[in-house]
Amino acid sequence: MLNPELIRRDFPILQQKVNGKPLIYFDNAATSQKPRQVIDALAHYYTSMNANVHRGVHFLAEKATEAFEETRQAVAQMINAPAKEQIIFTRGTTESINLVAASYGRNFIGEGDEIIISTMEHHSNIVPWQMLCLEKKAVLKVLPINDAGELLMEEYRQMLSTRTKLVAVMHVSNALGTVNPVSEIIRLAHEQGAKVLIDGAQAVPHYLVDVQALDVDFYAFSAHKMYGPTGMGILYGKRDLLEAMPPYMGGGEMIKEVRFNGTTYNDIPYKFEAGTPNIADVVAMKAAIDYMQGIGQQAIAQHEQNLLQYAVDSISSVPGIRLVGTAKQKASVLSFLIEGVHPMDVGMLLDAKGIAVRTGNHCAMPLMERLGIPGTVRASFAVYNTEAEIDTFAKELRRAADILL
Amino acid sequence: MTIRQIQDEIIDEFALFDNKEDKYSYIIELGKKLPPYPEDCKTDDFQIKGCQSKVWIKPEQKNDCIIFYGDSDSVFVKGIVSLLLRVLSGQPAQEIATADLYFLDRIGLKQMLSMNRANGLASMIKQIKLYGIAYTSNSN
Repeated sequence: MLNPELIRRDFPILQQKVNGKPLIYFDNAATSQKPRQVIDALAHYYTSMNANVHRGVHFLAEKATEAFEETRQAVAQMINAPAKEQIIFTRGTTESINLVAASYGRNFIGEGDEIIISTMEHHSNIVPWQMLCLEKKAVLKVLPINDAGELLMEEYRQMLSTRTKLVAVMHVSNALGTVNPVSEIIRLAHEQGAKVLIDGAQAVPHYLVDVQALDVDFYAFSAHKMYGPTGMGILYGKRDLLEAMPPYMGGGEMIKEVRFNGTTYNDIPYKFEAGTPNIADVVAMKAAIDYMQGIGQQAIAQHEQNLLQYAVDSISSVPGIRLVGTAKQKASVLSFLIEGVHPMDVGMLLDAKGIAVRTGNHCAMPLMERLGIPGTVRASFAVYNTEAEIDTFAKELRRAADILL
Repeated sequence: MTIRQIQDEIIDEFALFDNKEDKYSYIIELGKKLPPYPEDCKTDDFQIKGCQSKVWIKPEQKNDCIIFYGDSDSVFVKGIVSLLLRVLSGQPAQEIATADLYFLDRIGLKQMLSMNRANGLASMIKQIKLYGIAYTSNSN
């Protein structure tokens, strides 16, 4: 059992008061807070090893390059990628998905080909495919969900055909917490010869992900939702796919040789990392991985599941409460509504008590439309959250309902 | 009462509250008491653009003055609408168009709102003033 009270000491930001109350941070699905270890790693990078990576021969350049590549190795190990070259650094999940759409999509998807996404996708896993389909005259198909917020797998089987070229779905829903059966999704897609991209932004912070066991073609996620710095993301891809894909941006680092009559490109991963990368945040990301692994990813997952169950029980008697997203398998995301009350009003009253939750459509407007609601209030839990915080949250939520109803 | 007098009255009322939450609760109470808004006027024409919650404001000309009706799906926003209407509804069109709504700052409303909501409030005020301008030129 992990001790969240001890863990909290690692997070300086959690020590503050908001509106005169101790901060209760339940907006972890948007971004998690950063432990001192990550903040120190960032400061340490700038105070002791800042230099541009790769081409330098001097001491600092070597040191920075080494640290930069160590993170790549650590990421590869964390998700069990076969080789570190298959880890591409991006600005975030959004850029990772856009990279695949722009490079793989533009070159391997054509007129009449089909791309399957799902109703519950984040806008960042909808819009890049809409743009691609518009450009290539490809067809975007949307896998529906049931009222609990689960994918309709029978419909999925029906939708798949040899025309399906790509399936792009989220591993865990940011709005509902649903854990999707990605293994099955990938297996069925492969039977039809389709490739699969999984948006893992909400999965990697909570679960051990094994890209080889999943046999996934592309897997995208962000550092900032897993206790790491903002502005740093990852794209994992299968080697043959990454090697066949053309670069996504041109510039320094991504080339082997540049001549005015033709340029040859660098090998993976550098082919996709044009320009000076986000070195400091990449280096600090290693500290975030170490931090999670130090506690144990299984232990974190267990703690968060306990919190979710505790929270569901705690708020179930709040007047007018309605949980949104009641999938059998859920990550630590608690989305809900109080009937007849606008989500923003709830969020505002909780904020007055120092409690940070998210309100709105959670970048998933089509999902909200499907559920027939304008948005939800979302509390999402992380390793440093406690049952005592949930007690306060439930008490203040009840109070907010009294005021608003 | 003039626009200024009503604003000063509201400022006095809010002076009784020393914390954010009490102000919220009061605004929410005002929202609950806002007179009903005609359902058939919840149309695009009367909806204020740029608000995260849905807001409708409908003008009605009466001599040189404008009567406003308003509603929102957020009871807090309804409370804000209620304050704006208390100050501006029934006032001469020209004065609505040029009103200095200093009470919003003085009661600390701007500090109470998130950036999104503050933008929504600005959109409401802009629309009300546009009605003021439109009806001023009508009556001229």
